[in-house]
Amino acid sequence: MPEHEADGQLATPTHEVRDFLHRRREQIAQRWADEPLFRTVFTVSRDEAVEASKVVVDALAQVADSEQVEDPDAAGFSGVREQLARMGAARSRAGLSNTQVASELAALRPPVENLLASDLEDAPPEHLRACSTALTVLMGTLRLVAMQTALSEWQALSDRQRLQLMEVATPVIRLWDGVVAVPLIGTLDSARSQVVMETLLNAVVDQHARFAILDITGVPTVDSLVAQHLMKTVAAARLMGAQCIVSGIRPAIAQTIVHLGLDLDVITRASLADALGYALHELGTDIVNPGAGQR
Amino acid sequence: MHTAAGVEACLPIRSDMDLVWVRQHVRQAAARLGFGLVEQTKLVTAASELARNTLVHGGGGQMEATHLSSGGAQGLRLAFTDEGPGIADLDQALSDGYTSGDGLGMGLSGARRLVHDFDIESTPGDGTTVRVTCWVAQPPRPREEA
Ligand SMILES: Nc1ncnc2c1ncn2[C@@H]1O[C@H](COP(=O)(O)OP(=O)(O)OP(=O)(O)O)[C@@H](O)[C@H]1O
Ligand SMILES: [Mg+2]
Repeated sequence: MPEHEADGQLATPTHEVRDFLHRRREQIAQRWADEPLFRTVFTVSRDEAVEASKVVVDALAQVADSEQVEDPDAAGFSGVREQLARMGAARSRAGLSNTQVASELAALRPPVENLLASDLEDAPPEHLRACSTALTVLMGTLRLVAMQTALSEWQALSDRQRLQLMEVATPVIRLWDGVVAVPLIGTLDSARSQVVMETLLNAVVDQHARFAILDITGVPTVDSLVAQHLMKTVAAARLMGAQCIVSGIRPAIAQTIVHLGLDLDVITRASLADALGYALHELGTDIVNPGAGQR
Repeated sequence: MHTAAGVEACLPIRSDMDLVWVRQHVRQAAARLGFGLVEQTKLVTAASELARNTLVHGGGGQMEATHLSSGGAQGLRLAFTDEGPGIADLDQALSDGYTSGDGLGMGLSGARRLVHDFDIESTPGDGTTVRVTCWVAQPPRPREEA
């Protein structure tokens, strides 16, 4: 039984919750360790899940101590933010949607509430109600903190991936002395084509390239904007003294380009190999196929 | 029997990212209705042009995809709507190479050539709606014996 009843003084509901969290730390952690959120993330041992749960209980107690149960920015939460982010990320990787993660977080509340209710069985009903409310609010704030953390993680991740995609999707490959190639992948929007152009021009300069092959096998749609970006890149490369060859135009895309009325004013070849063959021929380094010989 | 599931939709066109969704949806819907690869590519490309016009010239809007079925033939209709400035001279806008910006001016006229049916309505000051329709080519089937 709460000791303060002995001196005839009821603690404030939030401080009651704090004391409860301290007192029942072990039991709460044991129950949470069996909840999906902790059980599926901390899989090495159950102790690990219990320890992780205790960290969260302690953070809640600290927030209750500062009477900031409604404040997601309360200092007490700072210690668990990273752990919550890792847990959320692990659940997303397991294929859960944000909503599903949110309901797993919500499932942490009932076990704690039941414990609180049984602890305060003999307390005046209105005091129990006030404490329950404080606990509910506190658990709601925890959910908010977890979701905020997950969202900002997700945002950072997608920003990072976008940047990575831009860079990764434009590796310039040196195919031969004086011949570079860029395999273009995905949507060639304005930002991407700017990156493509810069990367390619740098490679042309660095490698003294005379031929630059733009392979569009991985570009799903060639519309007038994509065509315009391609032609700008071709024109810029030409100014640097390199001739461009566009390769990888699939038959369906070729037909579409014709109907669209686009005039790709550039040398095109069906495949990257054909484009390289053309460049080598122009450079005077024909590869003689030992079996077939020259045609 | 084809169903409209996953074909009919109304998608917003407010950002470059939305253009990606539009293309993806049209590609999937066309594949589902049985369009061949060339027809799919044409339809997606036309949608890409029209959706970009909705975004760039019309200031944003939406695309509505509808499943058409007539005498056993499957069709896909795409309607692009915006409440932008509208087009004062449709003939000019539809001519190859005309652009009021710095594009190639091939989007509208090219899209018209990529589809079976093309219809444009525009009121200056009120907005623009472009509707295009494509039908799945029906392979000549041997007649069923009576
Ligand atoms: N939804 C629209 N609202 C207002 N004006 C439009 C709209 N769609 C097209 N236009 C006008 O018609 C012109 C021609 O369109 P079109 O798509 O052919 O060329 P573009 O968009 O300028 O260049 P691009 O070749 O890159 O598409 C545009 O420049 C614009 O003035
Ligand atoms: Mg256009």
